Amino acid sequence: MKLLTHNMLTSKCLKGVNVGYPLGIVAKDVKVLETEFNSEFVSRIIPKLDWDTLWNAADSIGHAGDLPRAVCDDYENDVEFLKKVHHVLVEVEVIEGELVCPESGRKFSINKGIPNMLLNEDEL
Amino acid sequence: MARPEYQAPPEVFYSECEARKYSQNSRMIDIQVQMSERAVELLALSDEPHFLLDLGCGSGLSGSVLEDQGHTWVGIDISSAMLDVALERDVEGDLLLGDLGQGLPFRAGAFDGAVSISALQWLCNADKSSHHPAKRLYTFFSSLYACMNRTARAVFQFYPENSDQMELVTSQAMRAGFFGGVVVDYPNSTKAKKFFLVLMSGGAAPLPKPMGESEEKEGISYTSKREQLKKMRGKPLKKSREWILEKKERRRRQGKPTRHDTKYSGRKRSGRF
Ligand SMILES: C[S@@+](CC[C@H](N)C(=O)[O-])C[C@H]1O[C@@H](n2cnc3c(N)ncnc32)[C@H](O)[C@@H]1O
Repeated sequence: MKLLTHNMLTSKCLKGVNVGYPLGIVAKDVKVLETEFNSEFVSRIIPKLDWDTLWNAADSIGHAGDLPRAVCDDYENDVEFLKKVHHVLVEVEVIEGELVCPESGRKFSINKGIPNMLLNEDEL
Repeated sequence: MARPEYQAPPEVFYSECEARKYSQNSRMIDIQVQMSERAVELLALSDEPHFLLDLGCGSGLSGSVLEDQGHTWVGIDISSAMLDVALERDVEGDLLLGDLGQGLPFRAGAFDGAVSISALQWLCNADKSSHHPAKRLYTFFSSLYACMNRTARAVFQFYPENSDQMELVTSQAMRAGFFGGVVVDYPNSTKAKKFFLVLMSGGAAPLPKPMGESEEKEGISYTSKREQLKKMRGKPLKKSREWILEKKERRRRQGKPTRHDTKYSGRKRSGRF
């Protein structure tokens, strides 16, 4: 699971959960995989991100590095900044671990990098 | 062959063995890729790189098509065997194990579009006593509507079993807030015919044009009108070889003197006569 995906994930499908965001991360195995940097994609996705969630998620698994606490102005033209975002968004991956619903405490396991979001019938 | 949806629930049908085919059977791969390319075309995206969903992403063949076009994607599927093949294929997209019928677990407005290849018909089935297809479809479509931005499209290639099923799927999508409908490619060919449900989140817009609609016209051979009319009545053309042979046969049955049939019967004279 990349932090980009984590930034969009919620547990609101659970019965009784309203927002279900952000999900907590318990990481047992984290990998960093270099991928091609696409500045256009990163600039376009930034307005859609919840920045605090991204920063806290990265920090909680020890990969915030020198990611700024806030989006800088004129980020479209700041290649250094965009590269840092790219790294945290799509290069850092949680391979084994858990996601935790902030409202109910329900855990979703992550195996081989794939979060298991399947719900039991009585959770719907 | 029975429809796979009737054989077992998807997480059982798409076992390791079935999933293997998606990495080894080249005909199956070609078809998946072709349909995915058409689905992306129907998304009508602008030139920039987009953030897309692949619903029932399976082995990630459809996702690879998204990658090849420069997009970033997240895939969701109910079969872990299929997702394992996607991992083996080393797709770039991020993968989730999940059931579309339970709703999509995403924040509002996250995605610029969605594709789905050969998965939607599975939602029309009740695999457990607690499953109500209409309800699951509605839960799915309304969560999809919520997680897409307001100019996005979702394109589903699917195999509706009959018109009732097509109506069920479309009506639940409209109820969830979408506009759109079904585009049928190659409607006159039993083999190439393909159904694409094209959903738009941003208001009503004309549906894209299907491919291969004029197939039938191309099939007409240009025989003369006279020949066509004769054929319709089931009688051979006057003075043709068939006509002569038929007439001779009649004369023989009537006991009249008749020449033998030879290879010359009914042949054009060379003009030297
Ligand atoms: C014909 S396969 C298509 C696979 C995919 N397009 C690919 O490139 O490999 C259909 C997929 O839909 C998935 N599917 C069926 N019902 C589903 C559901 N309720 N939720 C999520 N995925 C489902 C199956 O597990 C299967 O992987």
